[in-house]
Amino acid sequence: MNPLENRRVHETLTGLGQITLLARDAFASLLRLRMAWHDVLFQMYFIGVKSQTVVLITGAFTGMVLGAQTYFQFHKIKMDTASLAVVGVSMCSELGPVLTALMVAGRVGGAMAAEIGTMRVTEQIDALRALATHPVDYLVVPRLVASHLVLPLLTVEAIVVGIGAGYLVGVCLLGIDPTYLWYNMLHFTHDVDVMIGLTKAFIFGGIIALVGCYKGMTCGLGAQGVGRATMEAVVYASISILITNFFLTLLMGKLVGQL
Amino acid sequence: MIDVRHLQKSFGAQPVLEDISFRIETGESVAIIGRSGGGKSVLLKHLIGLLQPDSGEVLIDGENIVRMNERQLLGVRRKFGMVFQGAALFDSMTVAENVAFGLRRHEHLTEAEIARRVAETLELVDLPGTEAKNSAELSGGMRKRVGLARAIIYEPQIVLYDEPTTGLDPIVSDSIDHLILRVRDRLKVTTVVVTHDMRTARRVGQRILMLNKRKIYATGTADEIFASRDAVVRQFIDGVADAKEN
Repeated sequence: MNPLENRRVHETLTGLGQITLLARDAFASLLRLRMAWHDVLFQMYFIGVKSQTVVLITGAFTGMVLGAQTYFQFHKIKMDTASLAVVGVSMCSELGPVLTALMVAGRVGGAMAAEIGTMRVTEQIDALRALATHPVDYLVVPRLVASHLVLPLLTVEAIVVGIGAGYLVGVCLLGIDPTYLWYNMLHFTHDVDVMIGLTKAFIFGGIIALVGCYKGMTCGLGAQGVGRATMEAVVYASISILITNFFLTLLMGKLVGQL
Repeated sequence: MIDVRHLQKSFGAQPVLEDISFRIETGESVAIIGRSGGGKSVLLKHLIGLLQPDSGEVLIDGENIVRMNERQLLGVRRKFGMVFQGAALFDSMTVAENVAFGLRRHEHLTEAEIARRVAETLELVDLPGTEAKNSAELSGGMRKRVGLARAIIYEPQIVLYDEPTTGLDPIVSDSIDHLILRVRDRLKVTTVVVTHDMRTARRVGQRILMLNKRKIYATGTADEIFASRDAVVRQFIDGVADAKEN
């Protein structure tokens, strides 16, 4: 390996190590119940309530496109009424959690990195430490807990809206029989699909908060440092979500006997 | 008491502090002077454990804080209040929320008690009635005062000031100097002021340490330092630029 590759490998491994240590510190802090619950509530409001619009639009249009596209294919083999079943299973176990997490990573992960990064470059994190407050207790844990709790709720919202929108497109625009469309969706979409989706959403919530906080707390100096940290938080969280999703799909498929 | 022994610090290949040793007694007021970029703020941050040295010891009341982890340091830091160069106020909070931060985190007080302590401390720093102001709207002098109020509200034993008068006009600087003396005398705190403002150093420092070329170059009472005939000390005190090399 040339020196540049060496440096990249070193930086990547160091980053992975540091984010693991951050997760360990956050978990230890959580066990000691050092966080302020009003900070968690504020973060839940910021991550959850403020992300409503983007999650609703993403869920609705994904359900509509998926419903229409499935219908176009299934119509060729006279399986029109199975269209919403595909939407249901896909939204519950894959598209709901993944697209919700990607949208929240863009909106919230970047904002976390920018806010904490700005605090770092203006010595506010040093001020926290000087005031005998551990930055992980005050900055990371409330965001991590809130993100873990809120992502599954947002995912449920995206799933419900996506299936509803797919149903409306199927019935109102494509003329599919509403009774069989709904019945088939209920028949083929199982509780376990919803559980897989919610478990993924819970894990993705942690990834978004950890990557956002880590990038903020380690950002470089100046406006350029904060800008770069913000961009990297979004990119790394999104890539991590996509890669983790693949392994979670395999793992949970194995666990519930779908493989 | 603060006891620094053989402190060394480098950032990468760049040495910043070399073999720094000094002691500050309880209740003493010390000014650390030196040229900009000379490592004064770095030294100050070592006293409270915000930076860790490459080698050497920092003893606070006999307890070596070097190599303590962040959680162990939290207990030591409750003895300190620190005023940062840019004030480092939490810009999403009001003045009252900034000042009350330490109280809310570490003491179980009622809201009424917190409000009373905040009002008292703001009165002490000559900012009465400013509780509801947003910290982002304050002038430089007001930010420094709020930073000081935040640092002293929980009555620390040691107060550290990082360039308290930098960027302020002479009149506001004068009022900050008086404030530092008022806090020192009223709360009986050990005071460490990092500054390159000679008027501030002379006024607040019972003793002065001068950093030059990464080392403690001179130490003495304010009168001794200001009466010094040493060329390096004189050049700094008189504010004379280096002669250009041809």
